[in-house]
Amino acid sequence: MELTYPKEAQDFAEQIRAFVRAELPAAIKQKVLFHKRISRDEQVFWQRKLVEHGYATPGWSKEHGGPGWDALQRHVYDDVMSEEAAPPAIPFGESMIAPVLFAVGTPEQKAHYLPKIRTLEYFFCQGFSEPGAGSDLASLKTRAIDKGDHWEVNGQKTWTSLAQYANMIFCLVRTDTEAKLQEGITMLVFPMDLPGITVRPIITIDGGHSVNETFFDNVKVPKFGQIGEPNKGWTYAKLLLGHERTSIARIGQSKRELRHLKALASEQESDGTPLMEQQAFREKVAALEIELAALEITALRIISTAGKGHSPGVEANLLKIKGSEIQQRLTEMMLEAVGPYGLPFDTNKGLGETNLPPIGPEEAASLGPNYLMTRVVSIYGGSNEIQRNIIAKSLGL
Amino acid sequence: MEFTLTDTQQMLQDTARRLVRDRYGFEQRKAVVASALGYSAELWKEYAELGLLGLELDEDHGGSGGSFEDLAVVVEAFGRGLVVEPFLSTVVLGAGLVTRAGSAAQKDAILPKVAAGEMKLALATGEPKARYSLERIETGAKRDGDGYLLNGHKAVVLGADSADLIIASARTAKGVSLFLVPRDAKGVDVRTYPNMDDRRAAEVTFDNVRVGADALLGPEDGALLHLEAAMDRGAAAICCEALGTMTVLNELTLDYLKTRTQFGRPIGKFQVLQHRMADMVIAEQQARSMVQLAAEHANLDDAKRRAQAISAAKVQVGQSAQIVGRGAIQLHGGIGLTIEFVAGHYFRRLTAMEMMFGDQAYHLKRFAA
Repeated sequence: MELTYPKEAQDFAEQIRAFVRAELPAAIKQKVLFHKRISRDEQVFWQRKLVEHGYATPGWSKEHGGPGWDALQRHVYDDVMSEEAAPPAIPFGESMIAPVLFAVGTPEQKAHYLPKIRTLEYFFCQGFSEPGAGSDLASLKTRAIDKGDHWEVNGQKTWTSLAQYANMIFCLVRTDTEAKLQEGITMLVFPMDLPGITVRPIITIDGGHSVNETFFDNVKVPKFGQIGEPNKGWTYAKLLLGHERTSIARIGQSKRELRHLKALASEQESDGTPLMEQQAFREKVAALEIELAALEITALRIISTAGKGHSPGVEANLLKIKGSEIQQRLTEMMLEAVGPYGLPFDTNKGLGETNLPPIGPEEAASLGPNYLMTRVVSIYGGSNEIQRNIIAKSLGL
Repeated sequence: MEFTLTDTQQMLQDTARRLVRDRYGFEQRKAVVASALGYSAELWKEYAELGLLGLELDEDHGGSGGSFEDLAVVVEAFGRGLVVEPFLSTVVLGAGLVTRAGSAAQKDAILPKVAAGEMKLALATGEPKARYSLERIETGAKRDGDGYLLNGHKAVVLGADSADLIIASARTAKGVSLFLVPRDAKGVDVRTYPNMDDRRAAEVTFDNVRVGADALLGPEDGALLHLEAAMDRGAAAICCEALGTMTVLNELTLDYLKTRTQFGRPIGKFQVLQHRMADMVIAEQQARSMVQLAAEHANLDDAKRRAQAISAAKVQVGQSAQIVGRGAIQLHGGIGLTIEFVAGHYFRRLTAMEMMFGDQAYHLKRFAA
């Protein structure tokens, strides 16, 4: 099911499509299509291409060095980029810390950080969760003490995505232990190569390494890295998470995966006919397609009201919940599509880190790991239970 | 209501559970999985000594003449510990097939060795395009003098790397036949890999593999009934094992809900998590009932009634496993997805079981047919 965009948006889409088709290396595209891992070099290479052609940081205004697109253009951009299997942008810099800098960064901070975020010269990771502070983020304990010209940071963060690639981190730290939990938190930005920072990999059940534990031992963070006012970090974090939740609906990606699912199910035989022609399977795909179409239209409705001064609050939670459920359902059905070939679990092959010939269909290798790891989307960025709580609260319950 | 175990079953359960508890801790299992063999030869010997490998075999063949329900008790215990030894491929599938389809000579040659832990078997039925069908196979066996010549590709063969003897299905002149093929026979290639559940499987290819007339297991062209019976036994065993796996995973999750605190209280105090946990326990109970049904019907000769019961069980257990598995990960949060924590391994095993011996869609269709 395809939605029809207005003429200008269609032209815009064609322009982006032409760019991606001309510039995206086939090897990277294959990796995205088959759920393989994108290396740091590939990610940076692609970001530089985007910058060169004026397509980087689609959410940024012209003032900050972005293209200044409206919400529909941004939606179309995401849609086409996903459809063409371009590597998704790393959200931590451009979609998470950047909006906070727009809002409360000093002119010097903006001038220093934003251009480097745009080119991925600053590759950010996020220091929010701690072993004891997950859903209850405000109970975080990583401590920062004011030492005049710097903050001294001690403690531990966990689930630090891509910390092994990152050279910068934004962190929530406790700066006032007397105040209410939410009122003693400060947001800091600093380089990952400061003395006293240790990163330890966390291997996940897909066999992959995307998250880490990050330890701080007397880390001296220059005051330049303090974002906004001390003890106001919680407010900034909420702003930042709102952006995260909107972007992790991944509607464009799900549309691509739906096409992938259909292609996969057309190649797989079941009782002598393509699986896609089996009534029961076909109807399950149809149900999912309808749900995804509804979500996309919902997103477009939200976009159309966003321009009219209506603040997109609870809608972000809605998009996150439905978006994550659809992503999970897609991975479930892709795994089902390949039948017994979902069992082989050569994780190197699945993650694209070996050139050995595939076991079974080429696409199958990544589907098991992908299914397992996609369980995370209803956990991260605020679990779906937390999202529902927020919606319920907004309803006055 | 609980189904009561016989004295023998109670004893078997105690033995198997004790073994799992004492010998299959997280670190112990990790070492076994990482070893060159991928399973423990030492434990395999112990299973033999405890009589677990010959449990269902008759006394003439070194067994103790037990029932499938006896076997089910052991398999359920193995499911609790995520035991990786090739019990399913050797005992449930291989020995089960030889018992039913084998000649006196074949039984004498194979079964006592299985019971003694000296021979392992694998059943090679799946093929790249067969999905879960037993009939839609392309591997062929042609008459060649007084024997046969085998050619073809068998997919995701459980336990092939550890098997001494591979039982392969192949198309013969007028139907499907079964052949006993030594794994080290000329022309047999075994490409081994781990499955999602840490057990090993392989792509097995036959390139002009020559076997004698005595390699034929069961009637020529008429092996399908035996194969179906074997797959039903496999599915029934998987259901039993899944029950053990689900039970422990629910225990782990419940424990986590009681001990993990957020917002100043155990997360199990939050109603939304309580309800999800309640659904997971309901799912486990629904599975438990159907596992009982599956175990009772696994060895039934009436193929139609057997198929109904086994398919019903596989569908219910599959549904329950998804509710319990996905729920466990959600309730654990990120920790459930890490390789260093036990819950994720249970989830992986439950996910793998769905893809073995027919998934829910396959069995739903079979049940409704």
